[in-house]
Amino acid sequence: MNALRSSSGSRRSVRIKESLGDRIFLTVTYILLTLVLIAVLYPLIYIVSSSLSSPSAVSAGKVWLWPVDVSFAGYEAVFRNGQVLTGYANSLFYTVAGTFISVSLTIMVAYPLSKKSFFGRTPLMVFITFTMLFSGGLIPTYLVVKSMGMIDTRWALLIPNAVWVWQVIIARTFFQTSIPDELSEAADIDGCSDIRYIFSVVLPLAKPIIAVLSLMYAVGQWNAYFDALIYLKSQSLYPLQLILRSILILGSGTGNMDAGEMVKQQQMAELMKYSLIVVASLPVLVIYPFVQRYFVQGMLIGSVKG
Amino acid sequence: MITHKKALPNKFWLHWQLPIEGGMELSTLFSKFKTVRAPSNTRSEIGRFASRSFRRHWQLYLLVIPPVLYFIIFKYLPMANAVLAFKNYNVVKGIWGSPWVGTQYFEMFFRNPAFATLIKNTLYISFYQLIVGFPIPILLALALNEVKSARFKKTVQMVTYAPYFISTVVMVSIIMLFLSPRLGIVNTIAGALGFEAVNYLGEPGMFRTIYVLSDVWQTMGYSAVIYLAALAGVDPSLYEAAKVDGANRFQKILNVDLPGILPAAVIILILSVGNIMALGFEKMYLLQNPLNLSTSEIISTYVYKIGLLNANYSFATAVGLFNSLINLVLLLVVNAIAKRASNTSLW
Repeated sequence: MNALRSSSGSRRSVRIKESLGDRIFLTVTYILLTLVLIAVLYPLIYIVSSSLSSPSAVSAGKVWLWPVDVSFAGYEAVFRNGQVLTGYANSLFYTVAGTFISVSLTIMVAYPLSKKSFFGRTPLMVFITFTMLFSGGLIPTYLVVKSMGMIDTRWALLIPNAVWVWQVIIARTFFQTSIPDELSEAADIDGCSDIRYIFSVVLPLAKPIIAVLSLMYAVGQWNAYFDALIYLKSQSLYPLQLILRSILILGSGTGNMDAGEMVKQQQMAELMKYSLIVVASLPVLVIYPFVQRYFVQGMLIGSVKG
Repeated sequence: MITHKKALPNKFWLHWQLPIEGGMELSTLFSKFKTVRAPSNTRSEIGRFASRSFRRHWQLYLLVIPPVLYFIIFKYLPMANAVLAFKNYNVVKGIWGSPWVGTQYFEMFFRNPAFATLIKNTLYISFYQLIVGFPIPILLALALNEVKSARFKKTVQMVTYAPYFISTVVMVSIIMLFLSPRLGIVNTIAGALGFEAVNYLGEPGMFRTIYVLSDVWQTMGYSAVIYLAALAGVDPSLYEAAKVDGANRFQKILNVDLPGILPAAVIILILSVGNIMALGFEKMYLLQNPLNLSTSEIISTYVYKIGLLNANYSFATAVGLFNSLINLVLLLVVNAIAKRASNTSLW
C-alpha cells in the first residue's frame, strides 16, 4: 500500500503531510526508543531504590521500582567502613595527580606534533601510533615497571599508563584545526619564545581541549582497577575500585558488623552492596550531565581524520 | 575561535620591521618571518629544514623529551622485553642474560590442550560482540535521528550515554547482583512468572550472552554519538531530493542516511576487528567463576593467571606475543580490505 501511495504521489510530490506508512514507521520508532530508554534506566533506578530501602526489604525481594521502608542504613555502613574511606581518599589522589600528569604529558607531545615547522613530526607520529597497534604484552610491561622500582608505590598507578595515544591524536587535531598558524608566526616575529607562546597564547585558547582531556583521563583513572591489581600489594594504597572488588565481587571485607546476628549481617552485606555501588559511581554520574558535551566534543574531534 | 583576533595587532606581518636584535644574520632574520615549508625531496633542503627547525624550536624539542621517554620506557622497552618469549627466564640473570630456548614456549602453547579452547572462546565472544554490538549503536542513532521532539531525543541520548561512566568493577557487581540465584531481580521476576531459579553466571552456555548484552547496555549510547554526528553532517539537499523523488522514511534511511554514515562505520568496524583478540581482560576476569570457565577463559585472562599468578614469565610472554601478532595481522588485513572495498581506511 505504501508503494502504491508513493508511486501515485509523484504528482503531488511536494506534499508536507506524512503518509500513513511514514506515520506508522515513526510510531514504531518512538515505541522502540521508549523501550530502550526503560531498559537502560530501570536497572539504574532499581539500584538507587534498593540502596535506600531497609535491609530486610532488599533481602525479601520486595523492591521493584521505588524504595521500600526508606532507610539510610546501607549508606551508614558504607561510611563507617574504614577500607572504603581510605579507598575513596586514595582514588581522589590518583585521579587528581594522575590527570594532571597525563594532561601535561599529552599536551607536551600533541602541541609540537601539530606544528608544520616541527622537523620530524611524521616519524614521531608513527612512533606513537604504532604503540596502538602492537604491544609487548602484560609480562614484559610488568617487568619494566618492576625494574623501575615502581611496584607497590603510588607511581605505578600514575606513570605506566599516563599517556593514551587516542588523547594525543585528539589534542593534536584540536591544535591543528583551532589555533591558526598565523598566530604563532606573529608571536615568532615579536620574538616570543615557544614556551612563552604556549603559556600565554596556546593554553588559554585550548581550554576546551584541556577540559576534554582532563575529563576523559579523570574518569579513566577513577574507574581503573587493573593496574592497581597487578602493581600494588599494600592495602593502604588501594584505590576505591580494588576495595569495591573485594567487597562486591569477592564478598569479603565487611568486617565491622556484629558477628552474633548472622541473618542481619547477611542482609546488611547485601544492602551495603547497593549503597556502595551508588557511592562509588556518584561522583562521575553527578558531574556527567554537566560535562557530557565535552565528552561528545572530544569524541568528535577524535573522529576527524587528521 | 574568535577570541584570538584580539590578541593580534593589526597588520602583524609588518612587525618584522620592529625589534631586530643586533648582529642577527640575514638568513636567521629571514627564517623568522617566513613560514617554514614542508621539505621537498632533495637532501639539502631537508637538512636545511631540520637545522632551521632545531634552531627555532629547540624549546619544543625539549618539551617532547618527557613524553618520548615515556613511550620508549613503557611501550617500546616492553616490546624489546618480549624476547623473553624465546628465553628461559631466570630472575638472577635478568631478561638479557637468560639462555635462549628458541620457540620452545610457542610449541608448548600450541600443544597445550587449553590452546584450542582459548582461541575458540576468544574468537567466539569477539565475533558475537561484533555482530551484536556493531549494528545496535547504528540503529539507535538512525532511530534518534527520526525523532522530532528535541526533548525526547535529548533524554534518550543522555540516559543511554550514562552507563558508559560506570566502572568495570561496579558493572560486574551489578550483573552479579541482578543475576544472583537467590536474591537477584531477574530470578525474582522469573519466579513470579513461575520459572525455576537459574544460576545464570554458573551456566557456561549463557556466559557469552550475558557478557555481550551487558556490554551493549553499557556502551550503545556512547557509540551512537559518532553516528549521530555523521548523520548531522549529511547534506540537507539530499533529504530534499529524496523527498521530491517520493521516498518514504524507510527509503530515506536506506538511501541517504546509511551512505552518510558509512565511512564512520567502516573505521569503527576496522578498529573493532583489530581489537578482536584484545578482548577486555577486566570485565572477563571479574565475571569468571569456576563454573563458567569452560566458555569464559580467554587468552588475556590465561596470560594473567599463568604469568603473574604462577610466575611463569616466559610462557605467558609467548602467549601474549602470539596474541599481539594476530591482532596486528587482523587489523592490517581488514584495513586493506576496507581500503579496496570502500576507499575508507585508517591510513
